[in-house]
Amino acid sequence: MGIEIYNGGMLTTIQDLGRMGYQSQGIVVSGAMDPFALQIANLLVGNAPDEPAIEITLMGPTLEAKSDLIVAVTGADLGLEINGKPAPLWETIPFRKGEIMRFSGSRNNGVRAYLAVQGGWEADSLFGSYATYLMAGIGGHQGRALQAGDQLKVKKQIPSRKRFFHRKLPPALIPRYTPHKRIRVMLGINQDAFTEEGIQTFLTHSYQITPRFNRMGMRLSGPKITHCKPADILSTTVTYGTIQVPANGQPIILLADRQTTGGYTQIANVITVDLPLLGQSRAGETLSFQTISMKEAQRLVMEQERFLKQLQVHQWNPL
Amino acid sequence: MYYNQYRKFLIHEEVIRIQFLPMGDHALHLIVGDRIDLSTHRRVVRLHQQLKQDPIPEVIEWVPTYQAITFFYSPKTITYDQLCFEVEKRWLQAKQQTTSLTTRRIEIPVLYGGRWGFDLDEVASYNQLSQEEVIRIHSQTTYLVYMIGFTPGFPYLGGMSTQIATPRKKNPRNRVPRGSVGIADQQTGIYSLATPGGWNIIGRTPIQLFDPQQQPAVLLQMGDQIRFFPIDDHEYREIEEAYQNRSFQVSISVVKLDEPTEN
Repeated sequence: MGIEIYNGGMLTTIQDLGRMGYQSQGIVVSGAMDPFALQIANLLVGNAPDEPAIEITLMGPTLEAKSDLIVAVTGADLGLEINGKPAPLWETIPFRKGEIMRFSGSRNNGVRAYLAVQGGWEADSLFGSYATYLMAGIGGHQGRALQAGDQLKVKKQIPSRKRFFHRKLPPALIPRYTPHKRIRVMLGINQDAFTEEGIQTFLTHSYQITPRFNRMGMRLSGPKITHCKPADILSTTVTYGTIQVPANGQPIILLADRQTTGGYTQIANVITVDLPLLGQSRAGETLSFQTISMKEAQRLVMEQERFLKQLQVHQWNPL
Repeated sequence: MYYNQYRKFLIHEEVIRIQFLPMGDHALHLIVGDRIDLSTHRRVVRLHQQLKQDPIPEVIEWVPTYQAITFFYSPKTITYDQLCFEVEKRWLQAKQQTTSLTTRRIEIPVLYGGRWGFDLDEVASYNQLSQEEVIRIHSQTTYLVYMIGFTPGFPYLGGMSTQIATPRKKNPRNRVPRGSVGIADQQTGIYSLATPGGWNIIGRTPIQLFDPQQQPAVLLQMGDQIRFFPIDDHEYREIEEAYQNRSFQVSISVVKLDEPTEN
């Protein structure tokens, strides 16, 4: 009952919406790099939105269904195939016993895909979350990335319902990932540590994502952002999407596996609804930043929440 | 109305300026001071205690640091302004909180120098001291855990003697072993996980600051006192073994604090 992994792929881990509630003990939040895609994958198969799903990075795994499953894959198009035939994303699909799922390679922009199964994946829960945090070796499947030979079980088998098949997100609602992304931000707690010119530089130029990019954070390179106060601050809280600028003037965006505190000046925070765009970016691509008000950012969060809620309420009916 | 706002309060005859700032669309950052010192720390602790007694139901979690507390929330359940109002109410009530007169003191065994403390030599020569003097100074000081953060269970410690202060390494190491005890400028700390790091490593402790198999998983908490004591190679192995067999007890005592003289 579940799947067996033949090949783990580049970096395949179990994630959920993260380990919130313990940051005051230094417990790193982790969770999906693209929380939107993870939630949609779960909702498509009839799970609660925060169930654990498998996060697949760029080069996907090869795996076999050990029983009849209902799954959905969302996020980046990494070349999903079942038994050698292309299979659709953002859609509930059957994955029958003995079938092989593989990913033939990235066909478009975007980096991370999410594989959810009806009933949810069985995984290690710690501090109320299944998210894998590799550095401490906790959560997910034995605290590590999935590899050949691993067996993953399904938590509870729900009798399959035919109407689940072909349930899909309307194409208009499927996010498009582009190699240049406009990211909306709110200026950060240390905005007064920068010169006016520094802030303007940050908001009017494109920044390229360097290869120093992992689940903890991404370093950008571009025109130098100038400080008018020291670039080092007393270490204090950071969050997903906090943009720090050290003395070299090159921004660092903190991501899912970020440390809980940081000691560099914080110029801005990426708004919640744009965080998935960061998780779907890759080295060499560019980002540009524009500010929006807190009111507008929070309106967008609530709009997205309403949309997810709607999907949840209607999940037992065909769309 | 609280957006980017300063508020002034007279507390114990001192004007305290606090500042409310949004940290993105899902966190409020309250700043109650601008330095690392006991008086600022006590302000943070008092508000932390008040929040534990009288939590704000909509707050998902709050994170105390040296001079600030960050509140995580969902704009679905509370507005930013309402949250600021609730926090300010507790800040005002926190004045009545007396900070505890006792605290935990935790003894941390350290194997100094050699291949465990590969930078001890450098710290000694930078400060024109012998290695023994560095060990003596480092292990004869009582340190205060100002905050926990960075990685699981990592303590930000205050109180280190300036005699052994040493600047961060110019080229951080890709991997510093778990348990490494290091010095960076005027701070000392213990790596709770194997992570990249730029601190000067003077020794290693067999004690695990974060152990998901233990209850509690995180050994230290804000407000704890720490003392380091030197051990030798043989003792290190003994403790490490005992630790793995779950037969080693970290020495934790309760000590009286000096009457706070600052607010």
